Formats: sequence, C-alpha cells, structure tokens
Amino acid sequence: MATDYKTITLNGLWDNNPALVQLLGLCPLLAVTSTVVNALGLGIASILVMIGSNLTVSMFRKFVPDAVRLPVFVMIIASFVTCIELLMQAFTYELYTILGIFIPLIVTNCIILGRADAFACKNPVADSLLDGFMMGIGFTAVLVILGAMREVLGLGTLFSDMQLLFGPAAESWKIVLVEDYVGFLFAILPPGAFVGMGLLIALKNIVDKRIEEKKKAEPAEPAGESRRVRVTGNIS
Amino acid sequence: MALIRITSPHAHKPGSTGNVMLTVLMATLPGLAAMTFFFGWGTLIQVIWGSLLAVGLEALIIRLRNRPVRFYLQDYSAVVTAVLLGLALPPFAPWWVMAVGILVAIGVAKHMYGGMGSNPFNPAMVAYALLLVSFPVQMTSWTAPFVLTGEGWAVLGLADTFGAIFGNVSPTMIDAYTMATPLDAMKHRGGFTTEEMWIQSQMLSEGIGAWHAVSAAYVMGGVFLMYKKIFTWHTPVAMLGALAVISTLFFLIMPDQYPDPFFHLTAGATMLGAFFIATDPVSSATSNKGKLWFGAGIGLLIFIIRSWGNYPDAIAFAVLLMNLCAPFIDQYTQPRTYGHSKANRGLKGE
Repeated sequence: MATDYKTITLNGLWDNNPALVQLLGLCPLLAVTSTVVNALGLGIASILVMIGSNLTVSMFRKFVPDAVRLPVFVMIIASFVTCIELLMQAFTYELYTILGIFIPLIVTNCIILGRADAFACKNPVADSLLDGFMMGIGFTAVLVILGAMREVLGLGTLFSDMQLLFGPAAESWKIVLVEDYVGFLFAILPPGAFVGMGLLIALKNIVDKRIEEKKKAEPAEPAGESRRVRVTGNIS
Repeated sequence: MALIRITSPHAHKPGSTGNVMLTVLMATLPGLAAMTFFFGWGTLIQVIWGSLLAVGLEALIIRLRNRPVRFYLQDYSAVVTAVLLGLALPPFAPWWVMAVGILVAIGVAKHMYGGMGSNPFNPAMVAYALLLVSFPVQMTSWTAPFVLTGEGWAVLGLADTFGAIFGNVSPTMIDAYTMATPLDAMKHRGGFTTEEMWIQSQMLSEGIGAWHAVSAAYVMGGVFLMYKKIFTWHTPVAMLGALAVISTLFFLIMPDQYPDPFFHLTAGATMLGAFFIATDPVSSATSNKGKLWFGAGIGLLIFIIRSWGNYPDAIAFAVLLMNLCAPFIDQYTQPRTYGHSKANRGLKGE
C-alpha cells in the first residue's frame, strides 16, 4: 500500500506514468494530440474526471460489493464525464466541437477505471484524491509534450489557437517557429502519433537506465524497489 | 613460388556486400541515364545530393552506435538506398524532401531496426511512402519529358535545375515544366474511358515514349543483375507476371475502365520496383518458392492499389505490405533440408 504521499506523486508523474509505463488511454492520447491546445483540453478534462471519480469511488469503497464494483465505477465515471462535457460545451464550445467524440470517450479511458479499481477502491480518500490528481497530471504532461512535438513538426507553430481554452487574451501566445512552413502531414496523421509516442517511451527508458546506473555507482544507499518498466502498472 | 594451401570451400568469387551493392549501383546507371535524358538534370542532382546525405548520416549513426564506421560505409548500402530514392522522387522535388527522406530511410527504417541486414522494410520505400503521405504536392509534380520540347516544353538547364531544387525559384516557373504522370492522368481522368483519355491528352500520348524508354533502361539493369546472379529471376518474374495476368483479365472484361497490361507494366515505377526494390535480399522472402509468392503478392497489390486506391502509383505501398508478409511467407515455404523426407513448415510449436 502506497500511503506515502511522495510515492504516490512520483508514481503518477514518473515511475508508473499512465501513458509512458502503463500504456493506458492510448486511443485519446494518439487521436487528439495533433496540437498543444487539443492535448491540453483533453488532459484537463481527464484530470477533472479522474479526481472526481477517485474521490467518489474511495468514499463509497466500503459500500460497494465486489461483484458489481466495475459497473458502479463506470456509472460514477460516466456521470463525471457528462458534467465535464456539459461544462466544456458551455465555456469552451469550439474546443468541444474539435475534440468531438473523444470527450464522451473519456468514460472508456482505461486509466480512469484502472485507477479506480487498482487504487481508489482500496485506499483512503486523501490518498485517492492525490493519486487521481497526480495520475491526471502525468497523463496530461505526456499529452502536452506529444502535442507540442507534433504541432512543431507538423505545422511549424507552437501554442496556436490557445484562445479556445484561455479566452481571447491567449490569441497572442501563438509562436510561429518557421515562416512559410510547408507542413509535415505525417506528424499530424495518426502514424506520427505512434512514432512520437515510441520516441517518448524510449526517452523515458534511457533516463531510467541512467538513474539506475547512477544508483549502482553509489553503493552506500540501500537497494530500493526494482524499477519496473513497461509492465501493466503497480497494483499496490 | 609459394603455394598456399587453402582448405575448402574453394570459392573464388569475392561476394562481399560491398561488391554486390556496387554491382547494383552499376545496374542503375542505364535507368539514371534515361531519366536524366528525358526528364533533365533533376534526377542526377537528387541522386548525388541523396548519396551525400545518406553517407554522412550513416557515418554519424554508426559512430553513435559505437560500430566501426569505415567497415560499414564500405558496403555502400546507404548509397544504394539513396540512389533508389533519388530515382523515385520527382526530379524537381525541393532539397528538403530528399533530406527528410534520407533521414527516415537511414535513421528510422534502417538503423532503428538494427542497421544493415536487420530492417524488415525496404528503407527507400519507407521513405518514399512517408514523403508521399506528408508532401503530396511536392511529390506529385513530375517534370514533362524531353520528347515534348518541340511543343514549347523544355528541360531546364543545369544551373536552373540547381536553383529549382536548392534555391527559392518561384513555383510557377517550375509549374510550367511539370505535368501529370501517365498514372496520375489515368487516376484522375474523371468520367473519361481510357481511350478517351489518350485522345483528350495529346501531350500525354506523345510523352508516353519517355516512360517506355525509362522502363526499358531499368529492365536492362535488371537483366544485367540477373546475369551477375545478384538475384534470381523469381521475384521480378512473379511480380510482373501477376500484374500482367490480373491487368489483362480486367482489360478484357472492361477495356473502357482498365488500362491495358502494357500500360501497367511500363508506367510509373513498375520496372524499377520489379528489379531493384522487390529484390532487396533483406526485406523480401528467402526461398525461391517464397520469392514467387512474394513477387506475385506485390504484382496483385500494385494493380489493386492503382485501380481502386487513392494514390496514382503503388510500388512503395505494395512492397511495404509484402515486406510485412515476408516472415510469414518464409514460415510456409521453407524448403526440404537434405536428408529429410519432408520440409519442416509452418508454426508447429518449437
């Protein structure tokens, strides 16, 4: 049981990152990360749903019979997604139309159900809340990095159309990196997302390896948990 | 006189990878010459520019991978990839198209999969497919052939071609020298029947000779390679045969809708694909029987994609799809080993 807040935070952001290590929620990850604003929009929506669902699931964890827990979790998640969908429709309508089907599809995002089942239904409320938040941040970070990579490569800009999310003042945030950029269609299309995702995972594995080597070099520290790379999550 | 005693095998042919690749490079010369003659200096510049990039990038990556640079550069495989890509690209494609192509071919398709001999896909075709998907405009503006010079079309001079590829010559100037390839015209002929298309487009029917000549040059190179025993006849014959059979079939049934088999065999990159791309020993099937299936698959896919797909030519996609199938084909076409009564085929649980 990871009750220590530092472990929960580290797990969500790095060690057990939902996108890079658990490889969950790949469908929206690959589909909407063509620009930073799309990625950020879906990321924030996922964070909110995750906080809400983890909180609720954790609160009711003692009253839900084991046999019907999954339908109950899905109902909880679906109601939060509906809330978010309505909120987005009200405040960021254009982004809502761009993201389209992928907002309702947050219900089927495996990370959210995964965290509810693997963590929230076994841990106290405060821990679950933090876990939901950190997993959401970890997921969003990968979304935004991938979105930035694809936007720079595919369109030659960065932070374009941020007004969809942050109001008219954000219109000037757009950075044009290359004038008269021809456009690299491959990066915008789904195969570009797969390649970008692969590169990010490879990068994480390299960093992990470096860290491990550094640890080995300092034998003074007692041996910690072995790092698990590319396994389906720490079920703790 | 010192007699050195050498044990068997008494092979006397220096069959190193470098030699094979040099022979392949030699065999591309007729095709390169024909392309340069009919479509201007562009192809030659693309090939040289691509080769320089490829060798540079290959050296860099091999260095990064801590392998012996000199040893690997001597196999010339990077140059072959660059030359094949250069022959496949439109002659006036801007310099960065080739740069992206080489980066993908050598960096991604070759070295990310483990380098020379380990790549499941043909690097040049991976690059071509990616470029075609990414830069449709640049990749489909093909030069008008030299045959049409009399009608006011001219192949650009060396300096002008250089400017068109590396400088910022206005696209309208190049537009004057570009026209649809026969395959492109066939694809986008609208409601015309094939016969009407040829009548409609005078230029195309006059320029088609250039394509025939280029194809003939590739066949020459291919036959030379077969004579040199660089590859066996199986892949090209199966590929061209399958393409001929299926296009004849459809031509006989609906001659209005489907072009004749000769068109399919000589248009676009069919011959380049048959003799230089599909025969890549690394990414194709291994046994002779497997090569027959592999080639036939490519031929069928070419016809299918050309006739009903979104892109005018199909060599790259067909080859890549069959590259995917090559390990599977190998599983089921393993020849009988000497001393065994039956071949050990398929997946039987090791």
